[in-house]
Parts: sequence; structure tokens; C-alpha cells
Amino acid sequence: MKLIEAENLYRYYGKHCAVHDLSFSLARGDVLGFLGPNGAGKTTTMQMLCGNLAPSAGRISINGHDLLDSPVAAKRNIGYLPDTPPLYRELTVAEFLSYCAQLHQVPRDQIKAATAQAIEKCGLISVSGRLIAHLSKGYQQRVGIAQAILHNPHIIILDEPTVGLDPIQIREIRCLIRELGKDHGVILSTHILSEVQESCTHVQIIQEGRLILHETIEGLEQHMKMATVELTTRIKVNTDLLKSLPGVLSIEILAPCKIRVHYDSSLDPSDQIASMTIAQGWGLQGISPIKRSMEDIFIALTQPDSDNRSNARDSVS
Amino acid sequence: MIRTIALREFKTLFLSPLAWTILAIIQFILAYLFLTQVETFIRVQPELATIDNAPGLTDIVVTPLYSNAAIILMLVTPLLTMRLICEERRNKTLPLLLSAPVSNTQIILGKYFGIMGLFLIMVLLISLMPLSLLTGGTLDYGKCLANALALFLLLSAFTSTGLYMSCIAGHPIIAALGAFGLLLLLWIMDLATGIKDQHSELFEYLSLLKHFQMIQTGLIRSVDLIYFAVFIMLFLALSIRNLDKERL
Repeated sequence: MKLIEAENLYRYYGKHCAVHDLSFSLARGDVLGFLGPNGAGKTTTMQMLCGNLAPSAGRISINGHDLLDSPVAAKRNIGYLPDTPPLYRELTVAEFLSYCAQLHQVPRDQIKAATAQAIEKCGLISVSGRLIAHLSKGYQQRVGIAQAILHNPHIIILDEPTVGLDPIQIREIRCLIRELGKDHGVILSTHILSEVQESCTHVQIIQEGRLILHETIEGLEQHMKMATVELTTRIKVNTDLLKSLPGVLSIEILAPCKIRVHYDSSLDPSDQIASMTIAQGWGLQGISPIKRSMEDIFIALTQPDSDNRSNARDSVS
Repeated sequence: MIRTIALREFKTLFLSPLAWTILAIIQFILAYLFLTQVETFIRVQPELATIDNAPGLTDIVVTPLYSNAAIILMLVTPLLTMRLICEERRNKTLPLLLSAPVSNTQIILGKYFGIMGLFLIMVLLISLMPLSLLTGGTLDYGKCLANALALFLLLSAFTSTGLYMSCIAGHPIIAALGAFGLLLLLWIMDLATGIKDQHSELFEYLSLLKHFQMIQTGLIRSVDLIYFAVFIMLFLALSIRNLDKERL
């Protein structure tokens, strides 16, 4: 059974439509990355999934419980880290986590073990006795994550979990997310594209409240493998000859003497391209690789120009 | 669940100096007023002995003590209730409660009972003062108990109003001002009815003060108890509704 099933979600703030007809599902073992520019509707979607916001239309089912009909049963399956970690600054880390455990109805005799485990997983052992108000932003963020995984929920929803962390902590948190993804369903939102590449199994790109890409990370990587070289020559090249090389997928003519060759990166034909150019006497002036990064895909997809977007979408799917 | 939230709220009050300060200051002011009242009693005692059916120690010392406490606490309650929901919203900690498996009713009741815990302690502390008179006199226990009950009911009503104001206000200060304004209005409502013949049954019924004083006399009528019960439930229901609206 799917852990989350969201169908045709809409959310309006007054007349402004923040989320437009969003449908997706999440299964156990999935780590779903939400990507999108600021104001795309990522946080709104997450708030709806956690029952903090009611969708204007649509249906959300959490582990088989409808979020509107039986909110308490549905919420029991969720651990949520909002974009600002909800921390009581006047409590110590251990006190706060034990309160969260009580709120999430962890059985009384397991509270101690659950908090100790969360503290250990998030690397908070050295600060567990300190007041949250006195912790640095990175540690506060980690307390927020500890709070979300504490009661061992089926679904963990993290809104920008690595904001404010240093590179080592980011690596630890990514490890943690991957580990959590093994037997939970995880949704995380982020601006950092490499984070999605490293920790997610699926990626969703949202733009102006609409879902514009839902792809597994393998699919996306396949897409990124399609690499490109830019070739500059003195005289015009014979594109048909180049196309016959193994691995060359397509050729784009930028200027009479400047072309782009798209190829499958598993069979990198750059050497052959270069030697053919020399052998044919086209007068090689420059050859440079242009790798299509995740950023390129992201920017191509989220560019405001709708023509560009639909082109990009075609090329992605 | 209500208990968890209430306990947390109660403990949080004592983590900051706020609860301690308020308890100390109120105790100090009331002790001073109590002493002046005791002195008055000692002064008028010889005259009282000559009057038939004269007011006793309880009437002269205890009832005014609780009346004074009611007025002072009307000023203090909004300060205690202002941050209940309002500050959670401002500090963005409300999602913690909203995404936990608890209903909005449980959240509101938890917050409410947390503050009521403090007020229970306060009423007990205040009640210690009249009890100290037992060392040198006798008290009308029934009336003392009625006074304590009246004060507790009144504080429950104050708290529910303050809680509602904390739900709707965007800033704790606004919540405090709103609660204070509303309470004062409900308190003085019967002043308007006091003018000559312009007797308004409705205003008199709505006034918090009238019902409070009625119980204070030792006459516990169901109409007063129902008034307080309806008053408290109304504001609690409004608070729950307001929290529900948050999601829309």
C-alpha cells in the first residue's frame, strides 16, 4: 500500500492559487525530493500533507487514513520538520524531545529509549542537556530533525532539512536521510540540486504550483548522461559524417562553423570527433565539453518562458 | 494528551520568572490589604459587639480579601494568557502541535488547564491568609469555601477570555489589551444598570461582577454556576473554532 496518496490537490490563498492540481504518491523506501524555485508551492504542499493546512480541493490519504476524515489517525504516521524548526527555546534538548515523544503518543516506557536513539542519530549527545535557545542554528536544525524522526513514523516530511548546516553536518544528514529511506517514506524539499541527486530516489519539480516533472533519479541521471561537446572549426563541417560516429545522438548548428554534438556519455565519442575533424581537414579550432547538469535541467524546466518550458519538458520525458 | 500539553504549559510558566514574580507580587499586595482589613476589624470590634446580628470576622476580612484579589487578577490574567497561542504562532512552534496526533480541542483544553493549574495554586495561597486567622478566632468555613470557589470560577472565566484573545490576536500585547478590555467591559457592565430606574436585567445578568458577588455571599445558586460554565465553554469553543480556521 502507498504511504501517501495525494489526488488533485488545490490550494488557494484568496485568489492566488499556490498549488494547482497536484497528484502524487509515495511508497515505503522512496525518498522523494521536492524541487522548485521560491514560492513554487513546496512548503504549502508539505503543510497540506501534514494537516497544517486544509487543501481547497483534493484528497490526501496517509497510510490508508483520510487526512480530513480521521486526522488524528493519519497524523500518527507523520514526522514533520517545517521550514522553521518548531522548538521551545526555554527547554533543554532532552526535555523538548521527551515532550515531543509524549505528544506523538510514544508509550511511556519507550520514551527514554526513543529520545536517546533520536539524540544519537542526529549527533546531539554532547548538547542534550543544553537549552535550545543557546544552541547554534545548525544544532537547532538537528533538534528539529530529531523531533521529526523520534516516534519512528512511517512518513518523514522534511522542509529544507540541511539549511544552516555545515558541509560535514550536511553529509551526515544526507546519510541519515538515505538510511531513513530504507524503511520509511521520506519527502524532502530543497533548493540544492546535488542534495536531490545524492539522497533521493525520486524527484519532483514544482513550478507555480504545478507539477512539471516527476522522475526517478535514474531517469534523471540517464537524461543528464546526454552530454554535449561544442566544436569550432575553420570551414563548415559535414554533419552527416559526424552523425555516423557511434554514440552521436544529434547535432545542433549554432553558427556556420560552430556546432554542438549531443552524445551518449556512456560511449564518449569526443576522440573520434576530434580525429575526424582533423582527418577531414575542417580545421579544428576548439572542442570543449558541455555537460548538462541538473541545474541545466532545473533551469530549463522552470524558466518563466512557457515555450522554453514545454520544449524542455518534451526533451525530458 | 490534554494532560501532556497542560503539564508542559504549567512547567513552562515556572521556567521563566513570570509565574514566580506574579505569585510573589500578588501574595505581597494581598497580604498588605489583608492586614489592613484585620486592623479595621480589631478597631471596630467593640462597636460590633453592641450590634445585633453584626457582620463577623469572615464578612469583614475574608470577603473583601477575595474581592480585592478578583480585581487585581483581572489585571494580571491577560498577562498570563496572552502568549498561550499567540506566541506559538509567532515563534512558528504551532506546527509541532498541529502536526502531532492531537485534536484542536485537546490543544486548547491543554493550554487552558495549564494556566488553571497556576490559578489553583494562587487561590490556595490566597486562602492560606484567612486560615491564619484560625489561630485567634473562628471562621465561617462555608463562606470561606464559597469565596474561594467564586474566585476560582471567576479566574476560569478570565482565562477562557484571555485564551480566546490569544487565539485571534497577532501579537501578545494586543491579546493582553483585548482580553483586558473585554473583561473590564463585562466587569463594569452592571454600573450602567445602577443608574436610577434604568434597570437592565440583561446587563445585570451579563455582568461578571454580579455573579461573583452572589457566590461570595455564600449563596451558591445554580444560575451563577451555569453562567460561569456557559461563559467558559463559549470562549473555549470560540478558541477551538479559531484554531480550526487556521488550517483554511
